[in-house]
Amino acid sequence: MANDIPVSQDSNDVPMLSCRGIWKVFGANKSKFEQSGGSDMTDEELLARGWTAAVRDASFDVARGEVFVIMGLSGSGKSTVVRCLSRLIEPTSGEVNVEGQDLLAASEAKLLKIRRQKMGMVFQHFALLPNRDVLGNVAFPLQVQDVARSQREERAREMISLVGLEGRENFFPGELSGGQQQRVGIARSLASDPAIWFLDEPFSALDPLIRADLQDELLRLQDQLHKTTVFITHDLDESIKIADRIAIMDQGRIVQIGSPEELVLNPANDYVARFVKNVPRSKVVRVSNIIRSATSADVVGDWVVNINDRLADVAPRIGGSTQPIAVQDDGGVTVGYVDRDKFVRILAGSA
Amino acid sequence: MGWALTIDNLPRLASSSVKCAVAVIALVLATSVGPGWLSTIPDWLVFPISQWVGDSLTWFAREASIGGLAVQEITRGFAELINKPIEAAVVILADGLFSGSGLDITQSVPPFSWLAIGGVAIIAAYRFGGSALALTTCICVSFLVLFGLWHNAMVTLSNVLVSVTIATLLGLALGIWSFRSAHVENVTRGIMNVMQTVPIFAYLIPTLLLFGYGPSAAVVATVAYALPPMVHNTVLALKSVPAETVECGRMTGCSRRQLLWQVQLPTALAKIAVGLNQSVMMTLNMVIIASMIGAGGLGFDVLKALRKLDIGAGLEAGMGIVALAIVLDRISQAVAKRAAHGKHREPGQWPLWRLLGLWIVVATGIALVFDPTQAWPKDYVISTATFWNDLVSWINRELYDVLDAFRTFALLQVMRPFRDALAVAPWTLMIGLLTIGAYALGGARLAIYCAALAFAIVLTGYWIPAMNSLYLILISVTLAVIMGFPIGFWLASRSRYQTAANLVLDTLQTLPTLVYLLPAVMLFRIGDVSAVIAVILYAMAPAIRYGMVGMSQVPVARLEAAQITGCTGWQTLRWIRFPAALPTLLIGINQTIMMAFSMLIIAALIGTKDLGQEILIALNRSLVGEGIVAGLCVACLALIADALLKAGAVRASTHGHKKKDQEHGE
Repeated sequence: MANDIPVSQDSNDVPMLSCRGIWKVFGANKSKFEQSGGSDMTDEELLARGWTAAVRDASFDVARGEVFVIMGLSGSGKSTVVRCLSRLIEPTSGEVNVEGQDLLAASEAKLLKIRRQKMGMVFQHFALLPNRDVLGNVAFPLQVQDVARSQREERAREMISLVGLEGRENFFPGELSGGQQQRVGIARSLASDPAIWFLDEPFSALDPLIRADLQDELLRLQDQLHKTTVFITHDLDESIKIADRIAIMDQGRIVQIGSPEELVLNPANDYVARFVKNVPRSKVVRVSNIIRSATSADVVGDWVVNINDRLADVAPRIGGSTQPIAVQDDGGVTVGYVDRDKFVRILAGSA
Repeated sequence: MGWALTIDNLPRLASSSVKCAVAVIALVLATSVGPGWLSTIPDWLVFPISQWVGDSLTWFAREASIGGLAVQEITRGFAELINKPIEAAVVILADGLFSGSGLDITQSVPPFSWLAIGGVAIIAAYRFGGSALALTTCICVSFLVLFGLWHNAMVTLSNVLVSVTIATLLGLALGIWSFRSAHVENVTRGIMNVMQTVPIFAYLIPTLLLFGYGPSAAVVATVAYALPPMVHNTVLALKSVPAETVECGRMTGCSRRQLLWQVQLPTALAKIAVGLNQSVMMTLNMVIIASMIGAGGLGFDVLKALRKLDIGAGLEAGMGIVALAIVLDRISQAVAKRAAHGKHREPGQWPLWRLLGLWIVVATGIALVFDPTQAWPKDYVISTATFWNDLVSWINRELYDVLDAFRTFALLQVMRPFRDALAVAPWTLMIGLLTIGAYALGGARLAIYCAALAFAIVLTGYWIPAMNSLYLILISVTLAVIMGFPIGFWLASRSRYQTAANLVLDTLQTLPTLVYLLPAVMLFRIGDVSAVIAVILYAMAPAIRYGMVGMSQVPVARLEAAQITGCTGWQTLRWIRFPAALPTLLIGINQTIMMAFSMLIIAALIGTKDLGQEILIALNRSLVGEGIVAGLCVACLALIADALLKAGAVRASTHGHKKKDQEHGE
């Protein structure tokens, strides 16, 4: 695929996945939609034609290795967006690029190839095949690609042990707990080593404790694998726990995209503000937001914190001393010191 | 329509019932004082449809040709083709191979012994359904062996296996095709709906014409009968595959074919297996009937016994079919369940095929050395036939007065007057009442549909036999429901009896229809009373089942709400349970009617005078057109009842409100 990208460009600059102006209007097809005014249509105009816009004008990029969470309540269009990105649902208008290639222009054969080699997906209700055992389920994506039996089973066993299900290879989905079933789903989605990993509310159907376990498991895997991830959820805490960036959707529209910190500190509108109101800020906001810049010569004292630390982690040190506290970046260079007023204001929620 | 009575719709309902009442009165007046053709069907309204159908089918079979080949040659060739697997199955399971000819014939290779085949069934039963199922299977196998029914049971099994295999493959193919194209689905659904309501006998006549007399014709008729549930369940199963599972297949990059064979079909397998199970049961149900056109085995034994009124022999062979049915039903159900939830093999556990293979080798070895395991010795065969025959004679001797009094009373005081009333009622009045009723239940479309079906019967000239069928159906269904529902209601509140009840009901429904005729004939000899009793016995099972299911599926929260409000048991039944159960109960009545129809036609064998008798006569005299048209008339009656009750059920579940159009989801 790299051949398709102009040589002069560093492939790392092209977002792994990007979409522009995605619309999904149920009841309309592309030409009808564009003839009637396309993206300029108002709610009333859509309604008058009996159309329902599930996704309106969604645009975003997902960088290589990034965990991009799309969050919204049910009916907000988040599941439809993720299906548009893989063309499980054909968008009514807009464009989707995978490593710079136009996905919507791809032929049926090309689409199959892209899905087989570049995409993996985890489903809310696991979507395991009941007639295959764990090994057969995990090996399924490779079987579809006609990979030889010994080879695909070897890979499947690797994936099964990656998600911690060794010894269950010959169990059937009906014999596993929900959490175990979703581990199988995760192993299967990774079997063909996809570049892009879609997870559609993967933990929503699980009990809270199991859900927390699997979230940790996901972080561990991501630490190891660095997949470009699109994660759908309706749970803000989950989003904050795992996201690099979060897109919040409301009634088909993306209302804000930003890091958890940005959402908490600068919500774009009331809707987002109401969402993040109850998030414990100390667990989201990083030291970088409370720096008073200064050169290293000005900062005295032995106390040092890292610029990427979360406030909750450094709070004991800040509270336990009256001395200036130095802030260092990852390279160990001092970039300023902690601004205690800002620290207090952020924790108090007035900043 | 008490369930629809709320303050809001009271005026609307009142006005519509006034309208209906006015229409009924006008209708009665018009038909009673109007010209004569309003009350008796005039000749110019009756067309020789039977003749047309008969002529065209005979022409099609005898004269028509496709690509230079006469149709009959093609169908006879086809029959030859089907004969091969049947013969092969009979050789393997029942007869073995013979050498020599004439009187000098000897069995050169024996078939698989009862020990081998019975063992295979028991091992499979154990693997799929545990020790309980293995025990049931063991009892059934022993029954067949000890009562000397084994050989004929295996002949029947051969026919069943071939029929089921063909029905399954054909049903799968049609089902997949219908699933992929909405257009095809509309066509197949229409055809299958009619096929399911046309009585079995009606299939036999064209089959005879096209395929001749013999086992292969029997298989063709059986396949035609067993096909609809397979097609229906395949479509349903494929449609019920979760959307996510299909998406998963598409995301892994499945081609259309891979998606079907590796994702959709395997996921749908459990529900397809339900269709297979139903097909097996339909096939077994057809066993006796199919013996009328040349299937041998147990079915033929029952038919023979019934013709001679040899109750004892008939009962035994009938029980043999039941034993076969129970084993096939339970094992195929267990397989369906297993398909739904796979189970891993314990370490060291052998795969099933290896176990079965080994058993066959071992058992065949034993059979070669020890003859009784090959063929159960005749001297040790048990028979209860004399006991049953003695019982019948005893009943006829000792209980004659009581039974005859009952029979005469039922016949003269209840059934005859009702039958005569229906027969003399003006046909326009009957169709008019039907139309008004249909309009009140389901609007103009339903009214037109029902009226058209009823009018079709008028045109064929089978109106009077149809009214005779209607009278038998109405009496039997009313009694079946009156007796069945209370039993069902009673069981609903006693959950510990329900498993047992379900088992009994399952078994009752696996019995072939003809078996129900035997006890009725035993007590009341032939005639309408016996027919009604047999129909009631057969049709009561769904009434009990739906009564039980309907009453026990009332949401617990509603019952608790009633309890906390202080409802008495009766109030809870009247206001909470009954409204909630009503849609299910109506479906139950619908099922009861469908079962009653299928039994009623068989009851022609014991001398009713309705559409069933017309079909039977046509079958005996090879009147192709008459048989088919009379069969279609039964289908018309059944389709009307079906449409009315389904409309009633929809009304009851939506409480008279129209369903809102569903909005587009995410």
